[in-house]
Amino acid sequence: MSAGAGGWLQAGLLVLALVAVHRPLGDWMARVFTTDAVEGPKSRLWPRSGHWRVEKLVYRAVGVDADTEQRWPTYLRSVLAFSLVSVLFLYLLQRVQSVLPWSNGMAGVDSGSAWNTAVSFVTNTNWQGYSGESTMGHLVQMAGLAVQNFVSAAVGLAVAVALVRGFARTRTDRLGNSWVDLTRALTRVLLPMAVLGAIVLVLGGVVQNLSAGTDAMTLTGASQFIPGGPVASQEVIKQLGTNGGGFYNANSAHPFEGPSAWVSLFQVFLMLVIPFSLPRTFGRMVGDKRQGLAIVGVMATLATASLALNSWAQSRAGGAALQLAGAATEGQEVRFGGPLSALFGTATTLTSTGAVNSLHDSYTPAGGLLTMFNMMLGEVAPGGVGSGLYGMLVLAVIAVFVAGLMVGRTPEYLGKKLGRREMTLASLYVLTTPAIVLVGTAVAMATDAGRSSMLNDGPHGLSEVLYAFTSAGNNNGSAFAGLSANTPFYNTALGLAMAFGRFVPIVLVLALAGRLAQQGRTPATAGTLPTHQVLFVGLLSAVVLVVVGLTYFPVLSLGPLAEALS
Amino acid sequence: MPTLRSGRQLVAAVRAVLLATVVLGLVYPLVMFGIAQVIRPAGADGSLVSRNGAVVGSSLIGQAFVSSSGDALPEYFQSRPSASDYDGAASGGSNLGPNSSDLVDAITERQSQVAAFNGVTPADVPADAVTASSSGLDPGISPAYAALQVTRVAAARGAAAGDVSALVEEATHGRDLGFIGAPYVNVLELNLALNERFGTAG
Repeated sequence: MSAGAGGWLQAGLLVLALVAVHRPLGDWMARVFTTDAVEGPKSRLWPRSGHWRVEKLVYRAVGVDADTEQRWPTYLRSVLAFSLVSVLFLYLLQRVQSVLPWSNGMAGVDSGSAWNTAVSFVTNTNWQGYSGESTMGHLVQMAGLAVQNFVSAAVGLAVAVALVRGFARTRTDRLGNSWVDLTRALTRVLLPMAVLGAIVLVLGGVVQNLSAGTDAMTLTGASQFIPGGPVASQEVIKQLGTNGGGFYNANSAHPFEGPSAWVSLFQVFLMLVIPFSLPRTFGRMVGDKRQGLAIVGVMATLATASLALNSWAQSRAGGAALQLAGAATEGQEVRFGGPLSALFGTATTLTSTGAVNSLHDSYTPAGGLLTMFNMMLGEVAPGGVGSGLYGMLVLAVIAVFVAGLMVGRTPEYLGKKLGRREMTLASLYVLTTPAIVLVGTAVAMATDAGRSSMLNDGPHGLSEVLYAFTSAGNNNGSAFAGLSANTPFYNTALGLAMAFGRFVPIVLVLALAGRLAQQGRTPATAGTLPTHQVLFVGLLSAVVLVVVGLTYFPVLSLGPLAEALS
Repeated sequence: MPTLRSGRQLVAAVRAVLLATVVLGLVYPLVMFGIAQVIRPAGADGSLVSRNGAVVGSSLIGQAFVSSSGDALPEYFQSRPSASDYDGAASGGSNLGPNSSDLVDAITERQSQVAAFNGVTPADVPADAVTASSSGLDPGISPAYAALQVTRVAAARGAAAGDVSALVEEATHGRDLGFIGAPYVNVLELNLALNERFGTAG
């Protein structure tokens, strides 16, 4: 079988699996997050006695009232408090790891790197300035980094669900209870799926041990260090929670994280499955499954186009060095091959995962450009766990508004009027990330501290810096890893980019959700733009590409485009 | 009072982070450790390969088959170039860009070196033989690169090329399910099989 045919078959298998799973999973998540505190015992989906016993224990231990819903400022405050405490805790854990057990003799992480890493994992970015196997002991990996892989994904889910409730509810100032949403995201979605997924990974040969490593005597008499670690339990949530931070420096390309091709394909499935199921959850919760179908249609359209382009780009040897070699195999594992590497690279940048099974820095110029462009779209196709859905819904608001301008009608989405305040919040959301990325890149290029970290020169050097801020601002975490990012400048600047890129949008989304929930529902008329039809799918896809994509065109033309055309 | 309410959320947040750390950070990975040790202990421990009671490597982790001075040993199939010299404590790739002049130089040098070592022309050298992997620990080479090395290895070991080819065949892994990934030859498996068949002296 040719590599190309195999490539399309494995993509086809992935699509089949996603199609099969998105309905039951999406419906399940809708049930999980349909609390009844506002609707009262009338709710058929989830009766008032809906807390699991173990969850009641959690609420008691945490000390929160699980039966009172929150207004959006309170919802926001608890999410921010949880994230703030998480950053501080993870920072401290790294700093003192040398005196804690299971640290394999690793020294405490220095303050700049510890700050960057703490923000990185709490914001679901998982940018890694450090090298896992030589920096983090097993305890920090398990009790620090992997924990944030779970809870940062839960935060994303909670915020997305709060926004969906804003559309689903009328004339209320309550958005749900953030502690209940976070807890249920963990007990009913992420943890059960992680356990199942980790079992699959272990069966596929991913390591799961507590060894500090083994020294082997190789066939030629040299000594080789074989690392250990609780990898499978972390690998699964790294993909499932669209986090992406590798246990080892080489991430999912490391044979202990990605031992075989089918395991790598399964990891692609894990990173896509929740983001592609959430539109179904959305459709369910707003009482019109077609609305979810339209959203997933936009995500799937953009993802398919991106995959096709990237597969084509990577199947040709672009760039002087790769042409000389004859194929784009630099930074690629033989067992994965070209098509699976391109599939993984596309999925990891379209979601906010950022795990890699091949090195994006060594992609062909066109392939590298595409991975960057995927992130610049704002990670909405399908995006990160939760963040993909709320990002796409904000863009849907923009699309409805644009359509309203064209025909001169007051725009409505799902019966909610989009007035000045709603549009201000949505516009700020759309502007936040590009501002972070472009200002950050400009500052880096204007300073010696920023420029001196580039590995490659010329346009590719600019691409490395642009990629870093794109990845941080969009909470992706993948890298053109040639950039030496473990410096005071990048640890600080990228840490700030990740924090603003995560929490400013969350503030705006929850504020928008609060506004929407307070409105009544405007009945649809003949003049209402239908948002469940192919026309809207096309319109929203165009809005994503034009509004977001074109923001970056000038800087792309100086970096990757210049390189691709040279 | 907003500050008071924020204070209460902070206390709850501290408790929540501690609880998550215990349950998700300790209980969960240790339970998975237990499950892994039951369902696939060898894999969970790193697919270690032992000969005569000593660990010689992992079947998943590539090795360099070079002399102590760093010269490629003709009696062993050679792995791909590695940005980390197959150091298991420092995985990673070169990160050189597709137009990098450093990468052009490296590929040119490797092509002539591999061609001379195997008695072929540089144009015959497959791409994976002259490019570094993503992990620096790639256990595999393409079937084309393995085929290229058969004559040299057979000559160095005084063996028939057909016998060596048969061992290459055995160490070749096809695509998973016939279409996932790419076929590869596990170099450590192959070299172990060579040693077993023809002795380690070379």
